[in-house]
Amino acid sequence: MTGRQPTGGRVFAGLAAAIFLFLYLPLAVLFAFSFQESRVLSWPIEDWSLRWYALLLEDSELQGALLNSAIVASVCVVGTTLLGVPLALVLRRLGGRLGALLERTFLLPLIIPQLITGLALLLVLNRSGIGLSLGTVILGQTIVWTPIVMTQVYARLQRVDANLEQASMDLGANRLQTFFLITLPNIRTAVVGSALLVFTLSFDELPVTFFLTGAQNTLPMHIWSMLRIGITPEINAIASLTVGVSIVLILIGLRLLARNRET
Amino acid sequence: MRVWGWVHRHRIEALCLLGAVAYLAIFIVLPYANVVVFSFWEKELYSIQPAFSLDNFARALGNDLYLSVILNSLQVAAAVTLASSLLGYLLAYYLAVHAHHWRNLLFFLLIVPLWTSFLLRAYIWKIILGRNGILNSLLMEAGLLDQPASFLLYNKFSIALALTYIFLPFVALPVYAALEKIPQRYLEASADLGAPAFATFRHVVFPLTLPGLIAGATVVFCLAFGDFITPALLGGSGDIMIANVIISQFGAAYDWPFGSALALLVVAIVLAIVGLSTRLAKLDGGRA
Repeated sequence: MTGRQPTGGRVFAGLAAAIFLFLYLPLAVLFAFSFQESRVLSWPIEDWSLRWYALLLEDSELQGALLNSAIVASVCVVGTTLLGVPLALVLRRLGGRLGALLERTFLLPLIIPQLITGLALLLVLNRSGIGLSLGTVILGQTIVWTPIVMTQVYARLQRVDANLEQASMDLGANRLQTFFLITLPNIRTAVVGSALLVFTLSFDELPVTFFLTGAQNTLPMHIWSMLRIGITPEINAIASLTVGVSIVLILIGLRLLARNRET
Repeated sequence: MRVWGWVHRHRIEALCLLGAVAYLAIFIVLPYANVVVFSFWEKELYSIQPAFSLDNFARALGNDLYLSVILNSLQVAAAVTLASSLLGYLLAYYLAVHAHHWRNLLFFLLIVPLWTSFLLRAYIWKIILGRNGILNSLLMEAGLLDQPASFLLYNKFSIALALTYIFLPFVALPVYAALEKIPQRYLEASADLGAPAFATFRHVVFPLTLPGLIAGATVVFCLAFGDFITPALLGGSGDIMIANVIISQFGAAYDWPFGSALALLVVAIVLAIVGLSTRLAKLDGGRA
């Protein structure tokens, strides 16, 4: 739907501009305050400095949390891909009522608030005597994000021509060869896309981690504990950096996707 | 014996299916079922007793305190859903219909916030609305206030505002996807038949975007209803939401059975909303 509809164009442009301001003004404020010299926030900013960014470079706890988040997100990407892709294949194969029932059950962790999935896992871990660690955080997040990979890949699989796979097997390829040579190349963008999504979601995840984390904090848990103590401008610097990094990451992602479409 | 024949012929599928069912049982069904079991147990002084009683549910539903917290959460979630649906729809409509050559840039600007931290996007409002926040500074400088206002932050309004800010793109994206799929000839046909622009919107465009709108709105409602981060950062002591109460039962109060019962109530509400919206989307799909 890309037709030109002159009526009300200006009104809509004004409204859209206002909504975009609503989305971006707060980010701009945060960015500006991250360069404020004073500890107490005040507007207009009188002295500008990089001291809060410099503080980040010395904050070893924060850097540890960043590393933990990177570990959790990376392992989650591997785990959710290894689980989500076969699950999608199984779902496509099953179909019917059994397939629908399984699909709905798989989707539960996406529908039920994450905090409840977190506490449910905590109860099980507690009863089985498994101590909390970065491993339990990874376990919980893998369970929560696997349905995302599954649904993305499943949706793509439904657009893959089953005749191609049939032809491959008629020509003598076995199931594994068919999967790696025919099916996987066709669902590649869905797999890569959902992996990227899982990585960013995991980096930001708090509700499940909240229940399952042991002594080691992830980045959101570390920021959460900083916020509970009180506001320091250091958080503004962290926030500005994360926003900046995510903008760069999306730009790279969009560029990759565009290239993918061209070929 | 038909089953064994199938398993023999489809060994890889059978293995995958077995793995899938095992995964489902251990990591999804077992944990949630465990919450159900716990909700019937009792907390004695310092221990949790396996018993069967409905006391936890009676306590949750029979107490005005918990009921009002649930009601409060429903109100906030409903307000957030309404506001983000309205703003998200407007934005998607502008992008799909009016944006023309700005479309790619604006689409990019729409997804950037989705990829930035939830926690930090909630926190931003603390420095905007707080007593020493930027809004107060601006209002005082403009001479509209003599002293900083404290009514801007730590209330239901600040929670709902932050959640709307966070969730708006969740509605805009599916609506935009639905708008993009509408063929140009539908609009031309409607115009040829003499429909004014608004009638075309009401009878053609809006019904075709309704499934996307419902899907987005449902996600927003469920996420807002189950959130504890935003109320903890931006709510006052009277504005806690049900998720915060559940957490306190698992933390300070150490009443896991009661916490489990509250969690089940939340799950029941969320599943009811999802079921309702699926039905709504289907009904509409049948009509359109």
